[in-house]
Amino acid sequence: MSTATETGAKVELREVRIDYADGPAADLDLTVAPGEVVMLLGPSGCGKSTILRALAGLQPIAAGAASVDGEPHDQSHKCAMVFQEDALLPWRTARRNVEFALAMRGVPRPQRRALAVDLLGQVGLTDFAEHLPRRLSGGMRQRVQLARTLAARPRVLLMDEPFGALDAQTRLEMQRLLVSVWRRHRTTIMFVTHDVDEALLLADRVVVLSPRPARVVRVVDVDCPREPDAQLEPTFARQRQEILALLGHDLTKP
Amino acid sequence: MTTTQERLSAEPASPAAPPAAEATATRPRRSPLHAVRRLLPAVPILAALAVWQLLTSYDVVAWVRFDKIPGPGEVGAAMTAQLESAVFYQHVVSSLGRILSGFALAGLAGVLTGIAVGRSKIAAALVRPLIEVARPIPAIALVPIAILLFPTSEQGIVFITFFAAFFPVTVATIHAMKALPPVWTDAARTLGASRFQILLHVVVPGAMPSIFSGLSVSMGVAWICVISAEMISGQFGVGYWTWMSYSLLDYAGVVTGMLTIGVLGFTTSWAIERVGRRVNRWLPGEGA
Ligand SMILES: Nc1ncnc2c1ncn2[C@@H]1O[C@H](COP(=O)(O)OP(=O)(O)OP(=O)(O)O)[C@@H](O)[C@H]1O
Ligand SMILES: [Mg+2]
Repeated sequence: MSTATETGAKVELREVRIDYADGPAADLDLTVAPGEVVMLLGPSGCGKSTILRALAGLQPIAAGAASVDGEPHDQSHKCAMVFQEDALLPWRTARRNVEFALAMRGVPRPQRRALAVDLLGQVGLTDFAEHLPRRLSGGMRQRVQLARTLAARPRVLLMDEPFGALDAQTRLEMQRLLVSVWRRHRTTIMFVTHDVDEALLLADRVVVLSPRPARVVRVVDVDCPREPDAQLEPTFARQRQEILALLGHDLTKP
Repeated sequence: MTTTQERLSAEPASPAAPPAAEATATRPRRSPLHAVRRLLPAVPILAALAVWQLLTSYDVVAWVRFDKIPGPGEVGAAMTAQLESAVFYQHVVSSLGRILSGFALAGLAGVLTGIAVGRSKIAAALVRPLIEVARPIPAIALVPIAILLFPTSEQGIVFITFFAAFFPVTVATIHAMKALPPVWTDAARTLGASRFQILLHVVVPGAMPSIFSGLSVSMGVAWICVISAEMISGQFGVGYWTWMSYSLLDYAGVVTGMLTIGVLGFTTSWAIERVGRRVNRWLPGEGA
């Protein structure tokens, strides 16, 4: 975790409340350490996406304070988001999508191409740089999105069920890829998922949320985060049961 | 395999035979249907020509009267004569100039207005009522006003064309603004794009498919208006020429004018289609 401070930013949510017209969608208190991977788990519609959107500056905060590295969260673009949907610009090739993010960051045009190709290489898409999104599979498109988001040099990577639409095999590959990318960049990651196994495999901490409005119900610390054989450990099974019980319990509540 | 070879070897052997007969003769099993299907589009056209020929050569008068209508032969001769006359091309060029200037102005103004109305509530409040009031007025009803307003009939015609072509693009652009997936804009915003950069890199390219369908509708109505305005008040142009031919009882000239308008309309629509395909080649339906 010592190298983490170089690139990842600390995220502090102090009694942050986010409202929609029909009432609060989230109300939470959470501190994420620099370079930490935090997985957010909660019932559908509880407000997980809303929390990430607020941190990305796409949704106003009604009360409380959110800060990134001690600064108010919307002062700079330190948080970039990987969306669950296909968020690539379909008229740009994979490379040009990544270059778009570089351009928005202010990278001079002559340097963009090489950087974009390098980032696509990091997500294993060197051979597909010149493909339009419609010629890429769902998993490949999410990899391009990851590369594009990394191109913005975020200090906090917000990921909203980025692998939710993928099949089990691809999802596993993507999880490995994310870990390798994270080892390299050491950004702070806030990752929303529905999948308890995914949460326990990737997280330093798993945050379990209540039904809407999202509140922190429990924070589960993972002992040896991202160990290859973590699934075989007895603690894994125990924590999995614990989280499932929390979610199941909350889901059956009226 | 064999059928292709047969056909290839058969072709030079019987150069006089019509291709349809040849194809059916040499590809006995699968091809009759295939060849018929390929030739199918020609059938109604040939049939229409034949009916036209019959009706006009027998001067059929049965409630509708074909006695003054020129036959295909006459029209063909008139058309050949016109294609060799320089004046005819002047008329074509003059119509094309009007339509292209009116259409270009309308395209530009329509896209800009559509973006403003679709993206800004203030612009929508200020401009939308005007659009709704003006849109139902057929452009051709503006002819008298255009004559009063503009010093030359040339400018009047361009104005009417502009007026007609403006609304389809504008409305298509407004709709495109609403239909854009919000995630594109959200993603661009989180990557640090400014409002203007989002407009330039996300909104405009994403709206191009709708803008182009608006443009092709615009081109259609622009032709209607140019031709009618020329018939009423022009001093040049294919519409004017067609109407003049009628006044001079040159009915073959009238049909020649009609066909010329058809060809011009088809060509301009085709050009827009081509450019649109090129701009929007990222759409799922397009090749490559
Ligand atoms: N733009 C909006 N306007 C009003 N209400 C909204 C809006 N977006 C979401 N909501 C509501 O806010 C609540 C939280 O939505 P959110 O998308 O954050 O849920 P989520 O936890 O991400 O759900 P899921 O796991 O299904 O993605 C839901 O009840 C939803 O109906
Ligand atoms: Mg969600």
